[in-house]
Amino acid sequence: MEKEKIIAVKNLTKKFGDFAAVDDISFDVYKGEIFGFLGANGAGKTTAMKMLIGISSPTTGDATVAGFDLHSQSEMVKKNIGYMSQKFSMYDDLTVKENIIFFGGIYGLSRAKIKTKIASLVKELQIEDIINSLVGSLPLGWKQKLSFSVALLHDPQIVFLDEPTGGVDPITRRQFWEMIYTQAFKGTTIFVTTHYMDEAEYCDRVSIMVAGKIEALDTPKKLKEQFKVDSMNDVFLKLARNIE
Amino acid sequence: MSIKVQNISKSYKTAKAVKNVSFEVNRGELFGLIGPDGAGKTTLFRILTTLLIANEGRASVMGFDVVKDYKAIRNSVGYMPGKFSLYQDLTVEENLTFFATIFGTTIQENYDLIKDIYIQIAPFKNRRAGALSGGMKQKLALCCALIHAPKVLFLDEPTTGVDPISRKEFWEMLKRLQQKDITILVSTPYMDEASLCDRIALIQDGQVLKIDSPENIIKNYNKIIYDVATKDTHALIHDLKNYPSQYSVNAFGEYIHYIDKESDFNTKELQKYLQNKKHINIEIKQAQITIEDVFMDL
Repeated sequence: MEKEKIIAVKNLTKKFGDFAAVDDISFDVYKGEIFGFLGANGAGKTTAMKMLIGISSPTTGDATVAGFDLHSQSEMVKKNIGYMSQKFSMYDDLTVKENIIFFGGIYGLSRAKIKTKIASLVKELQIEDIINSLVGSLPLGWKQKLSFSVALLHDPQIVFLDEPTGGVDPITRRQFWEMIYTQAFKGTTIFVTTHYMDEAEYCDRVSIMVAGKIEALDTPKKLKEQFKVDSMNDVFLKLARNIE
Repeated sequence: MSIKVQNISKSYKTAKAVKNVSFEVNRGELFGLIGPDGAGKTTLFRILTTLLIANEGRASVMGFDVVKDYKAIRNSVGYMPGKFSLYQDLTVEENLTFFATIFGTTIQENYDLIKDIYIQIAPFKNRRAGALSGGMKQKLALCCALIHAPKVLFLDEPTTGVDPISRKEFWEMLKRLQQKDITILVSTPYMDEASLCDRIALIQDGQVLKIDSPENIIKNYNKIIYDVATKDTHALIHDLKNYPSQYSVNAFGEYIHYIDKESDFNTKELQKYLQNKKHINIEIKQAQITIEDVFMDL
């Protein structure tokens, strides 16, 4: 059976002046997959991700995300994806409930729909007693779980997670990955960047960007075989060191 | 003794950020504060660098009291805060000159100390600090913290958000600085960096949970951990959590780290249980214990 492509990237390039931050990359992501998007700082991950979520237009090349063309339908792309990063999550000076209502509104959900979403989130995340607390007063682990849920409010086909677990404690980090697994199991495609190499092992497939290009793309197991090493950390070190 | 912390507590309004913390760092030691966000690491750094006064307890750096002798401390320590705090609109070179001047020295005078690091950013010396990449900013911040040849270096999460390669290089730099008789107190949320320190304090919710060398912490851990893997990791986590005698189940890269409650735990029974749950490619073997395992069990 042919796997359904949810992201198809062809020769995508982004130049700033003469500098190609993203240099002719091509890859596909399949529906329901957990796709790890790795690379060193400055390798071009953020630039590539900005194009895929429709907020930066490619210099050359093509891509479809959730079935929509990046050039001509970037607004439709935005409606069909979720995005969460450590830097941009929720508003600290609004309560949990206010944040959900706000983001629900942004995503164009009806009031009735927002109401049912709140009810189901309260049940699912067991947040009865913090639903009216200011987000700023919550521990980082909670903020992350909540902003993940908020990124999924409009039932997007794909969710982009930009270093979602930076700085959290090891237990919370694992709980977060269990949420990711559960969501992927429901059919949502997960596109995730991380600097924790153990998390790279949790992905179905992993791509590694070096200097604007995708230098490796496969399952963690095959990448380790290919580079003859025991861990994704070593794959990463070997790849980026060799290029230099 | 380079750093001495005795029963330090600090509260912000209602939140107790640091609760009765004590530890000592020897001269020339590379000492790590290991813990997640909100553990109280930054508060401790700010108290030790005289930027914040504790509610209770005493602390000294190189024999100087953090309250009484704050000026002496400021002259002799280097501090790299977690948040990038150099001047974004000054160039690399201007930032460095600025910090050298503040401390009454010049770049030339202490160039030897920063040379290894500075040559890596020298090609960008005319670029504004705000336009540098994360790894470059980090190297510049380290140079600025070192330019007055401090005896003690405080580094608050220098590698957070930095990729594995730059992290590795950064730790290699720290090892070289240590050779130059600089005492280093460094904090990190990355548990794998703990093993690179001489001694570490594991810290969470404002409390020190354990202080020792990374080797001893691992050696003294008295539970047996098993690596378990099957084809379907997600179902495996679920099924292991429902195994009657499970003590803990945590994902660790390609394996699940499994600890059993029973001393007479038999891997064959677990194997059988997983087979009954329709798992295939079952693998069970004893795991290498890491600092992260110990941390999660505290």
